[in-house]
Amino acid sequence: MKSKKLEHITDNLSQDLFEIANKSDNTSEKIGYSDYSYWHSTVQVFFKNKIAVVFLGIIIVLLLFTMIQPFLPNQKSPTHIHINPETYMQYRNVPPGSEFWFGTNQIGQDLWARIWSGTRTSLLIGISVAFFEIIIGVTIGTIWGYVRKLDRLITEIYNVWNNIPTTVLMVLMTYILRPSISTLIIVMVLTGWLRMARLVRNLVTIIRDREYNLASRCLGTPTQRILSKNIVPYLVSVIMLRVALAIPFAIGSEVFLTYIGLGLPVQIPSLGNLVNEGRILMMSPSLRYQLLFPATVISIITVSFYVIGNAFADAADPKNHV
Amino acid sequence: MLKYTIKRSLQSIITLFIVVTVVFLLMRLLPEEGYFGDGFEKLDEMQKEAILTNMGLRDPLPIQLLNFYGQLIRGDLGESTIYRRGVSVNEILKDKIPYSLWLGLSSVFLSMILGISSGLQMALHKNKLIDKIGTFYVVVVNAVPAAVYFLFIQLYMTRWFNLPILFDVDRPSSWFLPVISMALGSIAHYAMWMRRYMVDELNKDYLKLARAKGMKNKDIMKKHVMRNALVPLVQYFPASILFAIGGSLFIESLYSIPGMGGLLVDAIKIQDNPLVQALVLIFSTISIFGLLMGDLLMALVDPRIKYGKDGGVR
Repeated sequence: MKSKKLEHITDNLSQDLFEIANKSDNTSEKIGYSDYSYWHSTVQVFFKNKIAVVFLGIIIVLLLFTMIQPFLPNQKSPTHIHINPETYMQYRNVPPGSEFWFGTNQIGQDLWARIWSGTRTSLLIGISVAFFEIIIGVTIGTIWGYVRKLDRLITEIYNVWNNIPTTVLMVLMTYILRPSISTLIIVMVLTGWLRMARLVRNLVTIIRDREYNLASRCLGTPTQRILSKNIVPYLVSVIMLRVALAIPFAIGSEVFLTYIGLGLPVQIPSLGNLVNEGRILMMSPSLRYQLLFPATVISIITVSFYVIGNAFADAADPKNHV
Repeated sequence: MLKYTIKRSLQSIITLFIVVTVVFLLMRLLPEEGYFGDGFEKLDEMQKEAILTNMGLRDPLPIQLLNFYGQLIRGDLGESTIYRRGVSVNEILKDKIPYSLWLGLSSVFLSMILGISSGLQMALHKNKLIDKIGTFYVVVVNAVPAAVYFLFIQLYMTRWFNLPILFDVDRPSSWFLPVISMALGSIAHYAMWMRRYMVDELNKDYLKLARAKGMKNKDIMKKHVMRNALVPLVQYFPASILFAIGGSLFIESLYSIPGMGGLLVDAIKIQDNPLVQALVLIFSTISIFGLLMGDLLMALVDPRIKYGKDGGVR
């Protein structure tokens, strides 16, 4: 029941209290949409994780340092054997000091230079492995998930391949191929792309039949374009997680393979070779620094990548966004 | 269940067949020095050819392959060429298997008990000190290469606890560190997943109902949360076998345990091709079998699995 007062409430309102609103696209967008952006939120959530941020800082500093280390003043060559000019003897097992910051190894090479050169080698292996894993894993994973006809075939291949133990495959392949950086990369990619492909496949099968992809298909968008524009961008966070975990895994595998005698030749400094050289001397306490230094560097790198990777995966999960 | 078992076993047999074939073919790519042993330099071409022909390595490849299958079916793994020249691999392995078996089994067993119980404690005390210590442990063990922390365990633990550095059959205390070191990776794995599944389960709605109807917290944990969290954990059983294999390569040669893992490392270093081939095949068989067991166990405890018709991806 309306009251009479309300019915006539507009009668004595003056028109100049009103004005025509200017519609602008910018402001309506501001009101109509929340300012949620996936990447913005991801970064925001990531930076809330203080431990991860600290590790991110450490790894950035470390990466930059390994890059510029050879160009700094007073750096020695990692492979040069230093000889005492008076006695013509090599500087063997010199403890850490002002001349050799991390000491020298058994044959008189500067450990400080070797560690950073080894870090470069190991990171090169790690990053290349991650890179090729992405290329192979994402390509096969998207085809596997998207093309229904191939799903069964690739799944069967996967089931067989997945049953082959990684460690054994890695050992066998390095045993057969000649030890070199490219061998290690090939072997690790060969055993690693599978996990990436499966992860991508599972995500693609979920995204494939969402409405916008259906619409896209109805409009006749070529498959290739749907894959590259509608699907792969959604996989970026998962891919970044795998990259962050593949690098420490590759570094660890290199140490493992070096230990069982299938690593890089001793002339190439790598973290695996350094740990292995240190291991031989570890029972005498005065020479233990040769194991401690490379082991510390490895641990810092691998733990940093691991923590960052996991924190990023958490941050990339929309469930954790505000 | 029967249908799934048969299908899954067939899959494993096919995998095993492919692995055997691929291993055999790959081994043929190796330089032939590995077949002669020490006297390699003294032999002339004719003698070399004679030895290789004698070993059947000059036959056409398909025939070699068939012979190889025949040998394997009879349980003959060939003869060592360098490690102990002319001695059959079976003979060498006979003494080695018990050590690896006990080491592997005890570490798998230990990791299950310790891993699951520590994961349980972490989930019960979520975000408290125990959880944080556990998470720290999981991160360190997962991230730092095993080769590095194994060394430090051997280096410092032996000193702190006054344990023998190398393995000694007559001293049971020398078993302790190898088993623990081998179990560390699996413990972290089990603890991590146990905690995750428990926490997932704790957030589910039916638990709110259970609490609302007045069930005791202890009973909720025992009857609902733990049981449901243990089911998916079964699938990590094969992973612990794989961990044990990878670990045995390190641990056995670090502590000089006369087992198969250490033997493989030695065989690789001296390039004894038939021995490497035999050991690779044994380790592959163990892990393929482990994965099969894991899948079958999983189907046994979680009936939903076997109804998946389309051969989904694990």
